[in-house]
Amino acid sequence: MLILHCPCCGIDAAEIELAPGGEAHLKREGPGSDDAAFETYLFTRENPKGVVLERWRHAYGCGKWFLAARDSVTMEVYGTYAAQTHAPPQEIRDRIAARHPDWGQGA
Amino acid sequence: MSTRLARGGRFTDRSKQFGFTFNGKRFTGYAGDTLASALLANDQMLMGRSFKYHRPRGVVASGAEEPNALVGLGEGARFEPDQRVTTTELFDGLVADSQNHWPSLDFDVGGVNAKLSRFLPAGFYYKTFLWPRAFWKHVYEPVIRQSAGLGKAPHPEVRDADRYEHFHAHVDLLVIGGGVAGLQAAKSAARAGAQVLLLEQSAHWGGRTPVDGGSIDGHDPEAWVAQTVAELEAMPNVRLRLRCMGAGIYDHAYALGYERLTDHRPGAEGPRHRLWRIRAKQILAATGAIERPLSFAGNDIPGVMLASAVRDYVVNWGVTPGDRTVVVTNNDDAYRTAITLKQAGLEVPVILDARPMGGGALMEEARALGIRVEPGRGIARVLGGKRVTGVATCMQNGQGAMLEEIPCDAVAMSGGWSPVVHLWSHCGGKLAWDEKGAFFRPDPARAPSGADGKPFMSVAGAANGHLTLQAALACADGAGKAAAGALGHDVDETEAPSAEAAPEAPLAPVWLMPQGASADLRMKAFLDYQNDVKVSDVQLAAREGYESVEHTKRYTTLGMATDQGKLSNINGLAVLSDALGTPIPQVGTTTFRPPYTPISFGAIAGEARGEIFQPLRRTPMHEWHEANHAVWEPVGQWRRPYCYPKPGESKHKAVEREINATRASLGVLDASTLGKILVKGPDAGRFLDMMYTNMMSTLPVGKCRYGLMCNENGFLMDDGVVVRLSEDSWLCHTTSGGADHVHAHMEDWLQCEWWDWKVYTANLTEQYAQVAVVGPNARKLLEKLGGMDVSKETLPFMTWAEGTLADTPVRVYRISFSGELSYEIAIPANRGRAFWNRVIEAGREWNMTPYGTEALHVMRAEKGFIMIGDESDGTVIPQDLGLHWAISKKKEDFLGKRAQERIDMARGDRWQLVGLETLDGSVLPDGAYAVAPGRNANGQRNAEGRVTSTYHSPTLRKGIAMGLVKHGPDRMGEVLQFTAEDQDETRDELTTIAARIVSPVFYDPEGEKQNV
Amino acid sequence: MCDVITSQTEPSAPMAGALSEGLLRVEALPPQGQISLRGDFSDGFRDAVCGITGTGFPDPLGAAESGDRALLWMSRDELLFLLPYEAATETLAQLNAALAGQHFAATDVSDARAQFRVTGPHLRDVLAKLSPTDMAPGAFAPGEVRRSHLAQVAAGYWLRGPEEAQVFVFRSVGDYAFRVLTTAAAPGGEVGFHEA
Repeated sequence: MLILHCPCCGIDAAEIELAPGGEAHLKREGPGSDDAAFETYLFTRENPKGVVLERWRHAYGCGKWFLAARDSVTMEVYGTYAAQTHAPPQEIRDRIAARHPDWGQGA
Repeated sequence: MSTRLARGGRFTDRSKQFGFTFNGKRFTGYAGDTLASALLANDQMLMGRSFKYHRPRGVVASGAEEPNALVGLGEGARFEPDQRVTTTELFDGLVADSQNHWPSLDFDVGGVNAKLSRFLPAGFYYKTFLWPRAFWKHVYEPVIRQSAGLGKAPHPEVRDADRYEHFHAHVDLLVIGGGVAGLQAAKSAARAGAQVLLLEQSAHWGGRTPVDGGSIDGHDPEAWVAQTVAELEAMPNVRLRLRCMGAGIYDHAYALGYERLTDHRPGAEGPRHRLWRIRAKQILAATGAIERPLSFAGNDIPGVMLASAVRDYVVNWGVTPGDRTVVVTNNDDAYRTAITLKQAGLEVPVILDARPMGGGALMEEARALGIRVEPGRGIARVLGGKRVTGVATCMQNGQGAMLEEIPCDAVAMSGGWSPVVHLWSHCGGKLAWDEKGAFFRPDPARAPSGADGKPFMSVAGAANGHLTLQAALACADGAGKAAAGALGHDVDETEAPSAEAAPEAPLAPVWLMPQGASADLRMKAFLDYQNDVKVSDVQLAAREGYESVEHTKRYTTLGMATDQGKLSNINGLAVLSDALGTPIPQVGTTTFRPPYTPISFGAIAGEARGEIFQPLRRTPMHEWHEANHAVWEPVGQWRRPYCYPKPGESKHKAVEREINATRASLGVLDASTLGKILVKGPDAGRFLDMMYTNMMSTLPVGKCRYGLMCNENGFLMDDGVVVRLSEDSWLCHTTSGGADHVHAHMEDWLQCEWWDWKVYTANLTEQYAQVAVVGPNARKLLEKLGGMDVSKETLPFMTWAEGTLADTPVRVYRISFSGELSYEIAIPANRGRAFWNRVIEAGREWNMTPYGTEALHVMRAEKGFIMIGDESDGTVIPQDLGLHWAISKKKEDFLGKRAQERIDMARGDRWQLVGLETLDGSVLPDGAYAVAPGRNANGQRNAEGRVTSTYHSPTLRKGIAMGLVKHGPDRMGEVLQFTAEDQDETRDELTTIAARIVSPVFYDPEGEKQNV
Repeated sequence: MCDVITSQTEPSAPMAGALSEGLLRVEALPPQGQISLRGDFSDGFRDAVCGITGTGFPDPLGAAESGDRALLWMSRDELLFLLPYEAATETLAQLNAALAGQHFAATDVSDARAQFRVTGPHLRDVLAKLSPTDMAPGAFAPGEVRRSHLAQVAAGYWLRGPEEAQVFVFRSVGDYAFRVLTTAAAPGGEVGFHEA
């Protein structure tokens, strides 16, 4: 039963107030994309044991989507941030790197 | 015999006598008794039968860890099975029955299993009942079901008389356990300023220290407890709850508390149980320790009890389990029991101490009281059947040769203590083996961690392995202060309370008594009382190759009963470790799961029962439907009228009547549940072009267009009529069940993908009531209501207009889901019911008939209109349904477009929508498959289609259906065979129904009726 | 079953007339004008809105009141304006006019919700039975607004005083909300967790 801070309204929201939305920062592939790229977009998920970047909606609160950087093993939350971004902000990346020095190599 | 002593009992009030019955026998007890102490006071030693062998069993413990004495409690609407007598507080009029026996507790037929126990070893079920396969369903399963299970489920027709509730609490520090360690930890943390919630599962503060003795800060423990509780109660930042168990610990320091409010006073006002859903910042478990049994033959015979429990019964309730009690131990603590018994004037014929050199100061104290102590000795076997009659003693390091037979009527055993680490383990806290105490204790280096990555939990007192009073209190003080510090409070340097208790000599681990016990003794030495697992079973599992403790647990069922192995866990591990020749820490332990002890289903359900089991959504016209005898159909959480049967009319006939009246003259439908989502903004048209497969940006203001919505997989997700309200706003109708989902879907794309598009949405579903007026006389009705021009010229098909009808502001849509002339009228919901009444009144002259969802379904099927959830199922694309006309070819992109270009979507042999007509006019079964020749690779019959919607059409007077068929649209006129509902399983051939492929539009294919 | 009075001609709020008394008094409110406002909360938006509402602009999770009108903060781009039911249509037109030229959405949702006034000394404890929101005075102060659960449905809570809250739910679940509130407030269910 997680608690995630909603960066949109400032509430520390219990998991029952949230709706999960799967992996964050997917790049949409539309018409014209090749099969491999489309397959990756639609189906291929990393689902790592460790750092995950996820989409959550504060469904029973302000209704806004936000993103969370979390450890799927320890449940540590490195931070939550705006959904309108293509990568976690630097301070969250730093916090992740402090725990997982290898994380994000090549990302 | 077990009996009430002349005096004593910290908890009992001898001035208040309670009557109760057990198996129909009337007994009396006192206020403050548990059912266990009251039964023992009445010499009712036999309390139940064991699960597998139906062996006679009595109470073995005095608290939550009790594995044996489970009863069916209460009667009728308050009956509940599997209640532990040790945690059941006595009240006047209590009714209890023992379980798992037939025909009676004293004479049980199933007891024969015990005689056959040699043939019922570990894994017996797996080995014996596997073959022949056909025997499983008709022979093995019924027999196993007959003899399996503990208590009986309450009668299915009887409703629980009580109510239950949840409570969400937010606290800085949750302390679980109200013994001296919990009290001290709470005090130390609260003094530093932490906001504290302290839970105690029993009805009393102080835990077992007042029974065990010693002194705290120079006070008697009982006085110290009273003073500390008073101090805590006076602090505004402390909340104390008795009868509230810490049931489970979860991620991010979420915890469940299980509060039993009226179990001890049934029928009292208020909820029976309250489930506390606690959000803590720090959690501190001061959950104490549980004494372990010793594994000797006959250790399950009624009268063999934990030494601490024997002491509890004497001190707390003034009850003794026996007149002559043999004490058997591997540690000093059990001497306290011998001393307590002796001081109460009872006989202790001998203390058998398995340690060769015996114990320390407490042993000397016992000897000084004249108690005989025999070091190096143990019990070879307990004598007796339904109760203890004596013990045969032996050398602990031998094989069980009898030294002497000692008559007695009770045995107090102690195999040492195991910290209650369950809560620590619930959320991933790891354990470390403590060689000295021979137990697992929490490993502080591997604590459960929270959102900030730091530990959120600590353990104090005996739960942390500190079994002496001094150490426990010092640990608790430190843990309380540390928790307050972790919460950001400044902690003063205060002294921990000083405590004194008798020093104790070290324990010697004893996992089997005697050490070299022969096979026949090991077969009578029980590890897990509740699941009847013996030393020999675990040894057998090891011999058969089970090396993992998790596998052994499942194979033998050790620790899998409702007590989760509270008594058996360590003893079982030790036996396995010995059999495998692997040290205990390497064998490891199984994982404890919440709840700590079983909690009621009522507590889990909370208030959600009866009328408020789930929210039922009602339209503004709900009460009219109710008054007019609607039969309800659930659509999501909505309740919609299925049909309105007249007195004596069947549902089927009512549906036919509703359809016929609508097609012949006039019908009316409450369509309020339809989803209505406003989409507004400069980019709204562009956005809707992405949401829908059709082009919505080009829809002229004033017009309506049917639209399809797909997900990125290309599959059909929802459909409905889209209305262009103004230059920059559209109203999207969704299916009744789909409004919330579609709204969330739109917001997802707007917020997370196209966040720079200027679009706002609003879910207006509940703002409007909606009334569909349907049938050839629909226009006449609207004209009669008066207020606006609804003529064909002003308001043609697929347009809308705002105006007034029956003095009510309305928006009227000329759309049809039935094929008839039809208007859907949206009214502000507060006026919905009044408007409906006006419509009903005005419609009388045309025999206007309200119709329900089934008539709606039949009429749309007659017209070949698809229904989301019938024709679509999450694997169907619009192209499968012949809806190419609704898929824009001009648009570069829309959700699902790329997916619909995948090879599998574009292949030519996908099953496609057709109409189906049976040759004999009957109705095809829903979901029936069209049989194709041959079998697939799995040996299953091939199929080439299936039925998606099927009805009797009163209009056409025959069965009509829609279905998806391979190459269907190219096979018009072809006859297929569909599987019939009833199949003769003895025959290899299928019973089939022949149906012809036809156009799915059965009624008015030219659309002449709706476009007038 | 509670009494529900359905007027034949006048607009009728869901659960109109429903009333229960236990640990709390639970009372369905008469029709309430409600306008949903979405916009970017820029200065231009704030000025235009407040010019019509006559209220201040609410802080996040807050409300700004003036007489019989109040502007409630719903999210970073959404407000709920409460006003007399009869005034909603005209005010909506004024808002549309004032905001013309901006990207916004103003919609009349006066009929979309059921509203209850709940009052009594056990307010925080009873609401804590139905919502995971931290109901402690330090976490949820009078004048503030929260959106959360009410048992199994979504709800809004506007804390109007130490012992009074206004609870909003969608109208279709008004009956459920009333029953759930009444059940949670049934006598004998005192908790004593929050200071009464």
